[in-house]
Amino acid sequence: MSAMSKEPVAVVGIGQTKHVAARRDVSIAGLVREAARRALDDAELTWADIDAVVIGKAPDFFEGVMMPELYLADALGAVGKPMLRVHTAGSVGGSTALVAAGLVAARVHGTVLTLAFEKQSESNAMWGLSLPIPFQQPLLAGAGGFFAPHVRAYMRRSGAPDTVGSLVAYKDRRNALKNPYAHLHEHDITLEKVQASPMLWDPIRYSETCPSSDGACAMVLTDRAGAARSPRPPAWMLGGAMRSEPTLFAGKDCVSPQAGKDCAADVYRQAGIADPRREIDAVEMYVPFSWYEPMWLENLGFADEGEGWKLTESGVTELDGDLPVNMSGGVLSTNPIGASGMIRFAEAALQVRGQAGEHQVDGARRVLGHAYGGGSQFFSMWLVGDEPPAT
Amino acid sequence: MPEVLKAPLVVEFPFTRSLGPVQSAFLTGLRERVVLGVRTGDGRVLVPPVEYDPVTAEEIRDLVEVAPTGTVTTWAWNHAPRRGQPLDTPFAWALVRLDGADTALLHALDAPGPDAVRTGMRVRVRWAAERTGAITDIACFEPYDGDPTPPGDHTGQFEEPVTGIIAPARLDYTYSPGRAQSDYIAALSGRRTVGERCPSCRKVYVPPRGACPTCGVATSEQVEVGPRGTVTTFCIVNIKAKNLDIDVPYVYAHIALDGADLALHGRIAGIPYDEVRMGLRVEPVWTEGARYPDHYRPTGEPDADYDTYKELL
Repeated sequence: MSAMSKEPVAVVGIGQTKHVAARRDVSIAGLVREAARRALDDAELTWADIDAVVIGKAPDFFEGVMMPELYLADALGAVGKPMLRVHTAGSVGGSTALVAAGLVAARVHGTVLTLAFEKQSESNAMWGLSLPIPFQQPLLAGAGGFFAPHVRAYMRRSGAPDTVGSLVAYKDRRNALKNPYAHLHEHDITLEKVQASPMLWDPIRYSETCPSSDGACAMVLTDRAGAARSPRPPAWMLGGAMRSEPTLFAGKDCVSPQAGKDCAADVYRQAGIADPRREIDAVEMYVPFSWYEPMWLENLGFADEGEGWKLTESGVTELDGDLPVNMSGGVLSTNPIGASGMIRFAEAALQVRGQAGEHQVDGARRVLGHAYGGGSQFFSMWLVGDEPPAT
Repeated sequence: MPEVLKAPLVVEFPFTRSLGPVQSAFLTGLRERVVLGVRTGDGRVLVPPVEYDPVTAEEIRDLVEVAPTGTVTTWAWNHAPRRGQPLDTPFAWALVRLDGADTALLHALDAPGPDAVRTGMRVRVRWAAERTGAITDIACFEPYDGDPTPPGDHTGQFEEPVTGIIAPARLDYTYSPGRAQSDYIAALSGRRTVGERCPSCRKVYVPPRGACPTCGVATSEQVEVGPRGTVTTFCIVNIKAKNLDIDVPYVYAHIALDGADLALHGRIAGIPYDEVRMGLRVEPVWTEGARYPDHYRPTGEPDADYDTYKELL
């Protein structure tokens, strides 16, 4: 390793709001403030300890505030400091954390506050994703109809039985019951209820889709010196990467996009992971529609092509399974769009810090956080561990 | 070459805003003809108020009333008011520092012309006749040469406070799909589907975009494809979209037209929705005057073999 190796990056503070359908009691500023304050409290730091702020959210018209970061500078203590806005559609929460981590790794800043949010109740995402573009034939509304044909293609390609999607939703909703910050707390959930819920975009059922949430998530990222002062165990970033590809192009694999495979491979290379299935203890992945769990298990290298559904079906991805997936309840239980990727990253960090509470996986030492966005065109991932990276 | 199309595109939505405690007090105050600011840690009064101290980042909640009279700190003349602006006759956009405040509020100033406006001039609030708890409760400012009105001592506690507002937003665009899509649409008027071939990878894009997203080179060679094609994958839509006039359930499919290297999207009909399958061979059904095929229907040919379309899902 060269003398100019990167500064190791540690997560020393994590804060979330209680995610709900509508936070009518707070402004957008009040919402982000709540998550940021909790992250600072977790790190036992003050606003003065923060050198820069990196904020992310999905498209501006999800709330209708152009460049909301301008007015959020006060709420995030960013006055007199660098403040950056990141935007990569649904993956933005992950890429925002990675931009912040890059500032620490490059020794530009010692301690960075990173935050992502969405206040979906101020608008309507289905409207925002279905603008009436002139000369185009209106056929479809919302994300479900866009992704459902890809799910069918996965089922055809893998031969997965059509029961697998419901298993994922049933698992994630039960996991959410153990997470006090999750939006959906369906105490009377049963597999039969998931299976009986209406088909919205066949093969996607209502109970296999994500909710629409108001929420924010924040993390304090810092260098070795900052980690040494941390009152609680830090999570260490062992690898992080982003990849992009067009939404549609001739030869695109919509079931298992190349950009996702490349992104995961880059993270594993950085972290020295040769066999992710064996060396990674748990995964928080971006699953807005239940079938994306087996699809991403393959895309991320946890299963061979066509085999991901077998992990789900055999219980491997359950909270007490061999490779737990979405211990927090996942996007299926909580979806403040811009924040959803950062929640994945933060939940991965909570696990290796041993701070995940009732949804803690015993002995989780290396956990992957994953996000994707747009028409499966942006990917961001990080692997965190309980020990600093080998240098 | 057909002309490049363009058309208006209006993006419009009634966004909702939950206000939080400070904006709630500010807007409720306007409804009651009270202008409130907030006091910062260093003793300044900010109007309009904010929730967090711009210097210390601490939460600030100390609301103080300021006067409805003030001083113009700078301004710009608006010769041609647009829809939705505070006045429909020419006016000045002015920053007004109200008596008792340390910062200035942006609003309209009603004046006969730019010669009647100057920095440092004294103005007062002209209240709207009907007030709802919105910034428009201040109809505008107007010139005022009387004595300063002393501020009251309201602290921001109101009966029935406003907690949310509707903030309608509208953007007017002129949308152009560009040269390649215009050519595509022009060909459709003759019921022909014409894509473009990438000179580098030789893939045929339908609809064409004028460039190959993989190779990053311009495309221009036109290639007629179809009319028949294969359903590569699909979903059955069971929920009715607000802005879409299609009865549910309907089948939304990816259709690889013969000769195309990626699928386009269309509706399948002329067959019960639960009999649609991957590999189904289809052809377009046109209706008089429509720009696109209304839907695609089965041709009656045997289904395509999976291997022939598995790269086109």
